Amino acid sequence: MKNVVALILAGGQGTRLGVLTEKIAKPAVQFGGKYRLIDFTLSNCVNSGIYKIGVLTQYKPHLLNQHIGIGKPWDLDRKDGGVTILQPYYTEKKGVWYNGTADAVYRNIEFVDDYNPEYVVILSGDHIYSMDYNELLDYHKAKSALATVACMEVPLSEASRFGIMVTDLENRIIEFQEKPKQPKSTLASLGIYVFQWSFIREVLIEDAKNDQSSHDFGKDIIPKIIQTERVFAFPFDGYWKDVGTIYSYWESNLELTRPIPPFNIHDENWRIYTHSKEMPPAYIADSTKVKNSLISEGCEIYGAVSNSVLAQGVEIGKGSVVKNSVIMSNVRIGENCYIENAIIAENVVIGDFVKIGVGEFAESKLNKKVYNSEITVIGMDSIIESKVEIGKNCVVGIDKIVNKNLNSGEYI
Amino acid sequence: MKVLGLILAGGKSENLGKLVYKRASAALPIAGKYRAIDFTLSNMVNSGIIKVGVLTQYNPRSLMDHLGSGKEWDLDRKKGGLFILQPYIGFSGEYWYKGTADAIFQNMTILRRGEEDYVLIGSGDHIYKMNYSDLYMYHFSKGADITLVTKELDDTYDISQYGSVVVDENMKITQFYEKVENPPTRRAFLGIYFINKHLLMELLYSTVPNGGNDLLLDVILPRLDELNVYAYDFKGYWRNIKKGIDEYFKINMDIINDRNVREELFYQNGKVYTKLKDFPPAKFTSNSEVINSIVADGSIISGSVKNSVLFRGTIVKAGAKIENSIIMQGTVIEEGAVVKNAILDKDCHVREGQVIIGEDELVVLEKRTII
Repeated sequence: MKNVVALILAGGQGTRLGVLTEKIAKPAVQFGGKYRLIDFTLSNCVNSGIYKIGVLTQYKPHLLNQHIGIGKPWDLDRKDGGVTILQPYYTEKKGVWYNGTADAVYRNIEFVDDYNPEYVVILSGDHIYSMDYNELLDYHKAKSALATVACMEVPLSEASRFGIMVTDLENRIIEFQEKPKQPKSTLASLGIYVFQWSFIREVLIEDAKNDQSSHDFGKDIIPKIIQTERVFAFPFDGYWKDVGTIYSYWESNLELTRPIPPFNIHDENWRIYTHSKEMPPAYIADSTKVKNSLISEGCEIYGAVSNSVLAQGVEIGKGSVVKNSVIMSNVRIGENCYIENAIIAENVVIGDFVKIGVGEFAESKLNKKVYNSEITVIGMDSIIESKVEIGKNCVVGIDKIVNKNLNSGEYI
Repeated sequence: MKVLGLILAGGKSENLGKLVYKRASAALPIAGKYRAIDFTLSNMVNSGIIKVGVLTQYNPRSLMDHLGSGKEWDLDRKKGGLFILQPYIGFSGEYWYKGTADAIFQNMTILRRGEEDYVLIGSGDHIYKMNYSDLYMYHFSKGADITLVTKELDDTYDISQYGSVVVDENMKITQFYEKVENPPTRRAFLGIYFINKHLLMELLYSTVPNGGNDLLLDVILPRLDELNVYAYDFKGYWRNIKKGIDEYFKINMDIINDRNVREELFYQNGKVYTKLKDFPPAKFTSNSEVINSIVADGSIISGSVKNSVLFRGTIVKAGAKIENSIIMQGTVIEEGAVVKNAILDKDCHVREGQVIIGEDELVVLEKRTII
């Protein structure tokens, strides 16, 4: 894989994750206990033998930059290659933000040119999946393609959320519909592309000159190149998820706690690497019940936990009950609390006798598009004082102090 | 703080029996994810010592594998860093280390070359957390030539197994009783030395070539009258796994049963660093019943676990029962098996329905045992 460069698009905000991405980029959101979303794609790269990686950042990149560092946890601290953070930069004339996915790659042509690769793989930093990119590349080569798009069959009801491919018998893409109202097929693009670098380089330069283009791979580049070039669909049938919404984020975390989870994080031959804190093993105290849960290092559990994912360094006090929830790192929950259907972000401190996720569902008063399930979300670094009761579908922002009850649907 | 750290990790420690058939005692896995040497090594790094020599001799493979380039302790450095000091064949013959003084003497180059003024000598077998900067200041303020770290041992320790120290009102050591019955004090030497480097070099040059191979007995104790040897009082948790399998077991149980011990060892005075393994978080299924135990990453638990330590990547299947036991990395306990009062070394496999119970003493299963 010496002639491959991977570019990971990690600049998106992920607006539908609401308060979870208010302070950090979506690829930096914690997932599955000890990971952050970008770990899955980075691990796929190194497990596939790709060691030349650029991570394109834009939206609130601090935590992401800190997480990736020089890439040591992924063995990406290398003499040749390694990981490079590519942020928007100032040129002689003016500073420009990345204006679409294709534009972001266009602005880093020099970075890729330095490696002079034959292929470039364009990936997304916020998807959860295991894929051996060798298979994708072999397919690309076998088909003598100029571009290959990894695709997956999706249910017809969901097809309108994706870019949909229509292929011929040979799997060549003959038509592309971006988020169609009436999809012509159920073969969806996963936003994972392989290109012949010399080819896509010219296409990107051409596209940059076009004022009409929105400079997006899905909307502009793919529909354009399929008209004239050999572009193929690579069929992927493994687990793949874009945790775009609060509900799907919560659900795909909880899926990991099932007896046979759809996505296997325990695969010894496909380890997921991350930058984790050095912490002692989890301690589970007397008189506790921990069922169907993932518990990370550094947890101290004196209460009961079921169907939940706990990240590193979570403390749950005596008599507290945590159900169907995602608890991120260093959250401290006091004694005799009851927490259900919640996502609690990093470093939140919760007092004693607090209830979260109680009462009847009510529509969100903050944003119905983002908060539309029973899940209550508590933002980073907030404090919930003792005896506070918080209903369903509530939102607590970042760095807030909550000292009064919140009814379902309310926010602070 | 310009201090050279030396860790003695070459001993055979027969008391640990099967647990050290294939490893040095400093490499003995402990507390779910660590090896014994992690504590002293992390103490050094956390105290700002960035040049550390590890003296190895007995069964060093797993220890070397564990230490690697020293990356996990931030010891992969241009300046300072980690040095593995093993016995070697020289121009004039082969030299196994004949004792602690001899081991250091044979590696005189590391003492001669550095710019450090002091040497801290610790052991790879001790479980404790200590900030050596305090020791440094103490040594300085006492104007000591040598400072030995000591601790007033309570009656959970067998004092006849330790060196007992008599001090005057200034904490200067006046007498030393090495492993005697009924010593006059319960102040024991913990095997941690702080010494001026040039003095150490001089002492070694004058002692080792004359057949004195032990740092304590041959180099320091005969000179108690002429040198200023002071005792530093350590008040924290300190245990030596070398004392035997029961002691090793007890340390693990202390970590489970006493939150203060966990707090002191893992969160105070910096962290304990160890080799990363990149396991996913531990998984508890709907049948799991875990009580008063520590569980490391990568474990999958469907059975019942009580008062036990589960290392990384252990698997406890449904209906299996584990009690008062230490289960090391990669060991699998199949359905319905019972393990009680036992230490199962790495990669053991206990088949369905098998029963392993230690009655009067702990059962120890060697690495890769299949039952």
